[in-house]
Amino acid sequence: MKARLRIRRGTPGVAGRFERHEVPFEPGQTVLDALRWLRVHRDPSLAIRFSCINANACKECMISVDGETVYACTTRLTENEMTLEPLPNKALIKDLVTEIAPPDERLASDR
Amino acid sequence: MQADVLVIGSGAAGMYAAISAARAGCSVVLADRSLIGRGGATVMAQMTVSVALGEETPDHWEHHLADTLKAGRGLCEPALSQLLCEDAPERIREMDAWGVGWARTDKHIKQVQAPGHDRPRCVYVDFVNTGPAVSKTLRAQLNRIPEIRRIGDLLVTDLAIHDGVCVGADAVHIISGERLTLTAKATIIATGGLTRLYARNSASINMGGDGYALALRAGAELADMEFVQFFPIGHLAPRLVGMDPIMWDPFRYKLGGKLLNAEMQEFLKEDGRYVYVRDHATHAILAEVAAGRGTPHGGAWLSFRHCSETELRSAFGPVIDRLAANGIDLTRQAIEVAPMAHYHMGGIRTDTDMRTSVPHLFAAGEAVGGANGANRLSGNAITEAFTFGRRAGLRAAALAAQTTMPSIREKVETKRSDFSRLEVNAAMEIARLQRVMNEDVGPLRRRAGLERALAHIHELEVHCTDLPAPRAGLDPEWIDLHDLRNMRLVAECIARGALAREESRGAHQREDFPETSERWEKHQTLRLASDGVRLEG
Repeated sequence: MKARLRIRRGTPGVAGRFERHEVPFEPGQTVLDALRWLRVHRDPSLAIRFSCINANACKECMISVDGETVYACTTRLTENEMTLEPLPNKALIKDLVTEIAPPDERLASDR
Repeated sequence: MQADVLVIGSGAAGMYAAISAARAGCSVVLADRSLIGRGGATVMAQMTVSVALGEETPDHWEHHLADTLKAGRGLCEPALSQLLCEDAPERIREMDAWGVGWARTDKHIKQVQAPGHDRPRCVYVDFVNTGPAVSKTLRAQLNRIPEIRRIGDLLVTDLAIHDGVCVGADAVHIISGERLTLTAKATIIATGGLTRLYARNSASINMGGDGYALALRAGAELADMEFVQFFPIGHLAPRLVGMDPIMWDPFRYKLGGKLLNAEMQEFLKEDGRYVYVRDHATHAILAEVAAGRGTPHGGAWLSFRHCSETELRSAFGPVIDRLAANGIDLTRQAIEVAPMAHYHMGGIRTDTDMRTSVPHLFAAGEAVGGANGANRLSGNAITEAFTFGRRAGLRAAALAAQTTMPSIREKVETKRSDFSRLEVNAAMEIARLQRVMNEDVGPLRRRAGLERALAHIHELEVHCTDLPAPRAGLDPEWIDLHDLRNMRLVAECIARGALAREESRGAHQREDFPETSERWEKHQTLRLASDGVRLEG
C-alpha cells in the first residue's frame, strides 16, 4: 500500500511550500514511520523532531495532521492523502519542527 | 558559557548528578541534545527498579549484590556493583520522599520478584509508568534549584581537553546551528547507552553512544564494549503503537505468562512463571527460531490467554484499553516477541568516585561500564542511574570546590559551512549500519560476520574523519553526519571487542566459541590512539 503525504516545508520568514510524497507502508504503520522512511530514502534534509520512536513517552513528535494536533508516532497511515504541517500555535523552526521546549530550558533565554 | 560543573545528558543519571552537585554548592549547566528529562532511556523505563528495601520480605544490599555479581557472569567490577546495591535503598527512599509514587499496599512499598533476584526486590510505579514518574519527579527537583541552568537542544560535539585535563566541552545549538564553548571545572558524561546502533532496539533516537565517542576522543578508557544486552521479549507483532516495545516485561512480572515456540511448547520450562535472566532467555528464543520453531515473524509467542479479563484489568488498568486500541485482546490471542538491543553493560571505565582516566572528567549511569558485567539483572539500570548520578555529582562538586575556573578558552571557530549538499546520505548510512550491527554483531556472533561488520565499519571511515561546521539553522543532515561519526566509532569498539573475545559469556555469544573460558574471565580495555582504536585484553 502507498500513503500519500502532503508535507509543509520551510523556515521562518520564507514563504512555505507543500511537497507531495508517496510512501510504501504496511497496515499498522504510523506517520512517524513514514517520515523516518522519507528521511532515509528520499530527502534527508526534511526536519522532524522525535526521540522515543514508538513509545509515546517523549511527546516530542507533535505535529498537525489534516488540521488536528496529534503525535506522529501514534497516528496510523491510511491510503487517503494526509496533510502534515508544523504546530500552528508554536514558533516555526523548520519544516515540521516547532519550538516546544519550556522557555527557561532554551539557550536563547539568558543571552 | 561557564559553570562549576557541566552535566551532559538529562536522563535519571544526569538529573541526579546535577541536583547533587548544585546542592553541594556548585553552579551547574545541564545540557541535553533533546528536551530536558524527555529524550533518554529513563523516561521509557516500564517497570522495575531493584533495591534491597526489605519491604516485602527481609532483605539486605549484600543479597542484591550477590545476585548482581552472579548475573554478571564473573565480569562485574565488584566495587561498582557494591555502590549500586549499597546506596540503592537511600536513593529509592529519597525518590519516595520526592513523591515519585512507588506502588504500595496499605502498609508498605510493593516489591515484585524479577528473574535472577533471590526474593521480591523490585519497586515500580503503576501502570507501566516508572520511567515517566521518575523523570517527572527529578525534573520537579531540578526546577527548584536556581543554580542549575537547563539547556535543551544543545549537542555536545567534543570535550575540551587542556594539558590533559577536561575543561568543558564544545557544543552546537541544534536549533540555530550556533557553536558555543562550555567551560567547567568538572564535567560529567551522562549520555546513556548505544542501543541505537541496532536495527531492532528499545531505545530513543539519542542513544547512539555519544558519551563513549566523547570519552574516547578525549583520551578516556572504555571497557567491555562487546557486552550489549538484548532484551529477550521485545514486542515483534502485531504492530503496536504508543507503547514501548519492552512493555511485556511488567506483564510477566505480574502475571507470569507463557513463552511458547511455534509448537506451543514452553521451551524454557518456566511453568508459567518468569524465571530466566535476559542472556539465557534471548539465546533460548533464538535457538528455537534457528531450529525452525519460530513464530511467523521470527520470534516466540507470549501468551496470557490463561488470564481472565478481570485479572488483566486489575494488573494493568488503562494499559488494557491501549492494547484494545491496537486491536489486541490478550484473553484471545498470543503476541509475538523477539530479542532487541536494550542496554549496554560495557562503557566508560571509572572508579567508585565516577572518575574516568581523564582528570576532571566523570561519568554516570549507563554510560559507565562495569557494574553489570556480562549480563544485567532486571531493575539495575535505574538504580545505577540514581546511585552513580549522585556519586558523580558529589565528587565533581568536591573537585570543583578546589579548582579555579579554567581561563576562558578561545571562542571556537564561528564560521558556518555553506556546502549545498553532503557527499553522503548519512541517514541512509545510519540505517545500513544498524542492519549490519543487528545481523553480524547481534546476540549471536561468529568470526566471519564480525569481520564482515568491521569491513563495513572501516568503509564508513571516509565520511567520518572531521566533522564540518554546521550550516545555519536547524540542519538535520549535519546532525545525521555527527551521529554517524559517533556511531561508527562506537560500532568499531563493539565489533573489535567481540571479535577478540573467543568465548561465550553472558550477552556475548560466539557460535564458533560456544564455551565460557576461564582464561577470558577478564576485562578488555579500549582507547583511541593516533592510529585508531586500540584494544587491550
